[in-house]
Amino acid sequence: MTPRANRPAPLAVTDRASPLADHYRVAAAIRSFEQMLLDQFARGRVGGTTHTCIGQEIAAVAVTAALDRGRDCVFSNHRGHGHFLAYCGETFLLLAEIFGRPDGVCGGRGGSQHLHLGNFYSNGVQGGTVGNAVGVALAEKRKRSGAVTCAWLGDGTFGEGLVYEAMNLAALWRLPIVFAIEANRIAQTTPTERQLAGSIAGRCAAFGIPVAETSGTELADLLAAASRAVDAARAEQRPQALVSHAVRLGPHSKGDDTRPADVLQAAWANDPLAALRQRVGAAAEAIDREVAEQMREVLAAALAGIDAP
Amino acid sequence: MTQMTVLASLNAALRAALAADERVIVLGEDLLDPYGGAFRVTRGLSTAFPDRVLAAPISEGGIVAAATGLALRGFRPVAEIMFGDFLFLAGDQLVNHAAKYRAMFNDQVRVPLVVRTPAGGRRGYGPTHSQSLEKHFLGVPGLWVVAPHALADPGALLRQAIFDVEDPVLFVEHKIGYGEPLRTELPGYEPVRLAGTASPFPTLWLKPRGAADGLLVCYGGMTQPALDAAALLREREKLELGLVVVSQLAPTPATHLDAILAEAAPAAVVTLEEAPAEGGWGAEIIATIEQLRDCRRMAAISYRRVAAESTPIPSARALEDAALPQVEDIVAAVLDCF
Repeated sequence: MTPRANRPAPLAVTDRASPLADHYRVAAAIRSFEQMLLDQFARGRVGGTTHTCIGQEIAAVAVTAALDRGRDCVFSNHRGHGHFLAYCGETFLLLAEIFGRPDGVCGGRGGSQHLHLGNFYSNGVQGGTVGNAVGVALAEKRKRSGAVTCAWLGDGTFGEGLVYEAMNLAALWRLPIVFAIEANRIAQTTPTERQLAGSIAGRCAAFGIPVAETSGTELADLLAAASRAVDAARAEQRPQALVSHAVRLGPHSKGDDTRPADVLQAAWANDPLAALRQRVGAAAEAIDREVAEQMREVLAAALAGIDAP
Repeated sequence: MTQMTVLASLNAALRAALAADERVIVLGEDLLDPYGGAFRVTRGLSTAFPDRVLAAPISEGGIVAAATGLALRGFRPVAEIMFGDFLFLAGDQLVNHAAKYRAMFNDQVRVPLVVRTPAGGRRGYGPTHSQSLEKHFLGVPGLWVVAPHALADPGALLRQAIFDVEDPVLFVEHKIGYGEPLRTELPGYEPVRLAGTASPFPTLWLKPRGAADGLLVCYGGMTQPALDAAALLREREKLELGLVVVSQLAPTPATHLDAILAEAAPAAVVTLEEAPAEGGWGAEIIATIEQLRDCRRMAAISYRRVAAESTPIPSARALEDAALPQVEDIVAAVLDCF
């Protein structure tokens, strides 16, 4: 038996036609993966650093489901586990990568923030990836592949000048790109109101880029808005922006959350994944058990020291 | 027939690259005809290839970022940064994006990107349009730094950077050299071209007629001052200097230097660069040669660095001349070794 055959199967990812329960399964798996990861860090089983996306899972699932995985490209950022798992479902490849194993998705060279698989790329420096995504969109437009490129960025990233160079180029060159903006209200420890003047929508509008704002907590709304943005980018060959306002519930990295307890409590009271779970209804319980089992398998496999292929 | 200049050679190479391969995209600021780029290196290209020469806004970071994305997806972009002084505006892209992707994605991608830029002084352009900042990009894993000169074929070097390397190349053109005619005849020297898989961009070794008393090691804009100094030293002091004209600034072409060292066994090595010496290219060359010399248990070598003063390059020509290394500085440094 090859080592590959020993690996847990990837998650079944979703597309626009998937039922809500399937989207919930991916979002719950991302949440479970991130919590398991923080636990592994707390136990000292993994070194380095990581940035989890707890609270922001729904945007990752909905925006990615709106894409055509056969051709569309994704450029993600430092907080990219959800984007990656929603794109390919490869929980083992990601965990092995973070654990620094040779059978990780980048052989352990990239780690949490530097991932590549298929048409998915991520990097850990703010802003620069948005410019790279513009180049990818330009490449695909010139190839007439019909691909749309999705560039993930956060409200904190709007402090970087390269974002505006990239938006300007995307608008000037009429590129099929969707700026998927996660306005999670906090840049590491700095609240948005202390680091962003004006508004995200206003900044996009300055370049003539249409903006759709969503709560980021309602999967169906986000999927509809993302589908419209992706379709418009493809059909009109011009950039689109999509803002998700879901709040980051977890720490920036590991245990470095400086928000007051009451603020966090209020945020957790509005946990969008819990709301989605309710909407899924009776089926959610079985899904949760299934996800928990998958995470146990993935963790066991990553800890077991399967040989590199 | 007029002799071809460095500028014409580079322009012809870009034209040929665009004609030969649809994957080549040229982008940068003010590249379009009739202007054809601030130094006219891209003149005529946008007329011949209107879809593949892209005018970009004043966004050096954005230009190199977009070119990196193009390279990731199968194109062979050639980006121009109008002045080498502006390289730091694209520095994060070169160091943290373009140069890293191949290695950090575990060799699963390639970034065949060329970033061309005119650098260097001696034209009175002052503190922010005269510098040779390339030393700050030496030693970046995954980034080649290459400089053409008039004693070899600059166009061939550019073609090599575009097509033969799968990683980003910073291609530094000395702006004073653009007008120099290409020279293949160099009386008094036997030219030897060193290249190989470890260091593909060639080093030109100009061996003097007799045994070399010492070596002048230079690149780009210091090549002509090196030739002038060597001529003066031969005439005035009866000293025979070999010239080592490097085109691959990074990674350091140690195999080339080792071959030259073994054959020349110089008593003196003088490095020439237009940037300040501290933390510079010459220091790296001297460290490399000294290590190779020690490994070969060869006789001691006297080393000197000829470089710019550590000051922002002044605008006034007399002050600029005083700040930048001159032929007489090279002569003095060589004599100081003997």
